[in-house]
Amino acid sequence: MLAVAFWIGVWHVAAVVVDQDLLLASPGDVLVRLAELVRTGDFWATVGHSFARIGTGFLAAAVVGVLGATLAAASRVADALLAPLVTAVRSTPVVSFIILVLVWADSGQLALVVSFLMVVPVVHTNVLEGIRQRDPALLEVATVFEVPTLRRIPAIDVPAVLPYFVSACRTGVGLAWKSGVAAEVIGLPQGSIGEQLYQAKIFLSTADVFAWTVVVVALSYGLERVVVALLDRASRRLAVGSPA
Amino acid sequence: MIRARGLRKTFGEQVVLDGLDLDLAPGTVTALVGPNGSGKTTVGRILLGLTTPDAGTLHGLDGRRRAAVFQENRLCEQLSAVRNVRLVLDGGDRAARTTRAVAELRRVGLDDPSLRKPVLDLSGGQRRRVALVRALAGDADLVVLDEPFTGLDPESRAQALTYARARCAGRTVLLITHDPADAAWFGAAVVHLGA
Repeated sequence: MLAVAFWIGVWHVAAVVVDQDLLLASPGDVLVRLAELVRTGDFWATVGHSFARIGTGFLAAAVVGVLGATLAAASRVADALLAPLVTAVRSTPVVSFIILVLVWADSGQLALVVSFLMVVPVVHTNVLEGIRQRDPALLEVATVFEVPTLRRIPAIDVPAVLPYFVSACRTGVGLAWKSGVAAEVIGLPQGSIGEQLYQAKIFLSTADVFAWTVVVVALSYGLERVVVALLDRASRRLAVGSPA
Repeated sequence: MIRARGLRKTFGEQVVLDGLDLDLAPGTVTALVGPNGSGKTTVGRILLGLTTPDAGTLHGLDGRRRAAVFQENRLCEQLSAVRNVRLVLDGGDRAARTTRAVAELRRVGLDDPSLRKPVLDLSGGQRRRVALVRALAGDADLVVLDEPFTGLDPESRAQALTYARARCAGRTVLLITHDPADAAWFGAAVVHLGA
């Protein structure tokens, strides 16, 4: 918290030095604008709109990424087929996806599709690495004792893969918000955070740009905390819990 | 009868097994004794199906249910002792398997608090006993025990030896050991492997 306070202080000093609201709004101005925004119903509708789409894109990417990695780990053919696709999606500029999605579909689902495409390769690559890094000694135990797959997965596979999945989720949440909001700014779906940022730019309202950016950072941080907490809880449930 | 003939295994330039013949009579304990590097563990791994010999034949392994104590404990560290044992038990529902696992673990002197902790938090000796129970609590008819009593204090070792002898009765067991006293305790037929 002290570090955050320090950087807000730096921001305040910079705003005083620049002394032009149009170039750099002060933290106080942003806070005032934020306080105005959160009191309106439109603010919450806008946040809900973007959160629903970007959150869904992230969740879908997490599911598809895990399934793809599982498939790639189980089959060399699947791995050979998926690897170039994952590399291509990871390397494609986000703007290319935004334009293509706008050509192929309506802007309403733009943030969902773009955040999905940005997160899938991260989850796929990390989870596949986690699967490949499972303890071979424990896998031999499972082979010798003929441990059924449904018992092996929570006991051996998931604990090995979970840290990689958590790492992917941490990276993925931020990526989903960055790419999702960027897509909204370009595609301008009605009632989205991206549209609000675009409006702020048109009306040269720097305080609004900062206020909505703070909202995006807070949402991203909040979602990351929730996801990590849920995974941590799942991890503990899979571990000891009770002797039963 | 499990019959191995002419087993040969090399790792790179190193010849670990060179034409080994080995018979394991059904329902008996055979002790494989020899110095480090003589290929004892490799023989165990071949019987468990984890290592393929370069040459030689194996008969009598098909359809056997196998279990092992490995040189290392190889436990799921985040799980409790009970869940480690229950993981490999067959038959009955989860509650029945849990009851079985608890009963078996108590036989080697593990108390209730130890049963509930992640094995990560247990002592080396306790973990070794969990690994032993995991191998012997089930219904495997071929058991490989690779230095199963390593790291046990005298009291734990006595409990583990008593438990192991009782649970090995009627099973085909390969006991890999440095200690001839262990082989004698089981009344095992002894096979010496040279370096």
